[in-house]
Amino acid sequence: MADGINMNAIILTAIWGIVMMLAGAFIKNKSTPKYLAIGGLVLIILANGIELNWQEPLFAIDVKDMLHTNSFNLTFIAVMLVCTLLYFLLNGRDIEKVGNHVAEYFALIFFVLCGVAIVATFNTLLMLFIGIEIISIPLYILTGSDKRNLKSNEAALKYFLMGSFSTGIMLMGIAFIYGGNTSASFFLDRINMGAGTMPVMIAIGLVLLLISMSFKVSAAPFHFWTPDVYDGAPTVFTSFMATIVKAAGFFAFVRLFENAFGTVQPQWQKLIVVITAATLLIGNLTAVFQQSVKRMLAYSSIAQAGFMLFALFALNEKAKEGLVLYAAAYSLATIGIFAVLIKMNDYTIDGFNGLAKKQPILALTATIFLLSLTGIPLTAGFQAKFYMLLAAVSNGHQIWLVILAVLCAAISAYYYFRVIQAMYFKDGNETVEQEWDVTPAFKALLVITAGLIIALGIYPNLLLDWLHY
Amino acid sequence: MEIQWYIYLAAALFSIGVIGVLTRRNAIIIFMCIELMLNSANLLLVAFSKMHAAAAIGKATATVVSDGQIFVFFIMVVAAAEVAVGLAIIVMMYRNVHSVDVNFLNRLKN
Repeated sequence: MADGINMNAIILTAIWGIVMMLAGAFIKNKSTPKYLAIGGLVLIILANGIELNWQEPLFAIDVKDMLHTNSFNLTFIAVMLVCTLLYFLLNGRDIEKVGNHVAEYFALIFFVLCGVAIVATFNTLLMLFIGIEIISIPLYILTGSDKRNLKSNEAALKYFLMGSFSTGIMLMGIAFIYGGNTSASFFLDRINMGAGTMPVMIAIGLVLLLISMSFKVSAAPFHFWTPDVYDGAPTVFTSFMATIVKAAGFFAFVRLFENAFGTVQPQWQKLIVVITAATLLIGNLTAVFQQSVKRMLAYSSIAQAGFMLFALFALNEKAKEGLVLYAAAYSLATIGIFAVLIKMNDYTIDGFNGLAKKQPILALTATIFLLSLTGIPLTAGFQAKFYMLLAAVSNGHQIWLVILAVLCAAISAYYYFRVIQAMYFKDGNETVEQEWDVTPAFKALLVITAGLIIALGIYPNLLLDWLHY
Repeated sequence: MEIQWYIYLAAALFSIGVIGVLTRRNAIIIFMCIELMLNSANLLLVAFSKMHAAAAIGKATATVVSDGQIFVFFIMVVAAAEVAVGLAIIVMMYRNVHSVDVNFLNRLKN
């Protein structure tokens, strides 16, 4: 480990992105890119697993300490890669339907994964900035990939303008932090100035960084772009944006504030309390009134972001473990429920009426995903929420925030259960028959995803043991 | 020159950029205002880099001080990539609605 770091994931995702782009030029068959992408991702997961298991880099590259890997962030990258693999397997056929440039869509997703690996390992503000941009720029394109659809156009433009606006704010914050610290460097541990009063310029920089990262993870009051963008983007890509990208954003958020500003946490904790409370309330209360399941899931992703913000609020070991568990639980459940949603013709809640009779397996797995999102015991969602709240309680400040979070989880049960109720207790409209593009393999994968959620819910150490391997 | 003047200038440019983004309705102008924000950060980084260099004269640790200027190059490259994607999105929008006015962006509001 002395002269190199484990950056297989970063290198291989970037290379495979280029491979996919070239494949797009040479392969005219529409379904081949999917298999190429799945094969590549399996390779990357194996390479990442080798590093995690033996701590031995395949490429020993001296990065001058700009990136930092340990089993904690390698595990996080592994979780994200496995979630992406499930996403490819579940949604591969639907990605093919978005447009004519199938291989390019996969290439862009691989570039996003490269950015995810960078923001999981960054050790300087420069790498944070580059990682965030590598995630964002391909996503602008994916959002607008349905070129003839006005809603997709609108979502892409909105996402682009909001995304680059928040990048501008982030850069200003970085500039102020650079000016304010006497060490004249961007390394996180040198910004860390020890407990005491902050210089004014660092305080300004901290607030600007807080605002821009809140934009990226759609925390209130900077969440307003999220419902529109998630609603307008092609549903397959919404699924990707709402899960892997959001989880990576949170990981970067926590990593940044822990390593750079951890020692002065009492000074900014109140800001996080306000943001967390606002995010929980706004996300949950607006989700109640949505008629479209897609839009409801967009608001629910804001509400879940409120829970993930507890990691930033507590900032202890439990919170960091909880964040990885939350990322896994939330990503699996959301990818699953979106995979079911994509198969529906009608995205309103009434569209789910009577699904249990027509497609019992889809309805059953969707129920498990929704229960996990609500946080019912025996699902991964429960364990994740439990870890988050436990971390917040052991932090000892602002216990009312924990109570608020539990109340909000109760509110969330209302809108999640409405979908379950529609599936099981309402009769569907028999006159409108829809073509079900559902293969046995798809059903099997849904069952596997649901099985993973329950396994993590019963025995979360399956995942957590790797963090301190 | 004193460092404050650079900070005032950068803050002024940044504020003009933010106000422009929040008030203008033309997508291209919003986009230009975002570029203004990025460039104010560039200006500040270069100024601070020079400030740190001046402070480091005579000290043993005088080698790390060009970080800020290197950062500026990264920002320029990323901004160029962003422009490429952003203008493509605006052109795509224009082809469909024959306007770059963001007031047209209300189809998603139900």
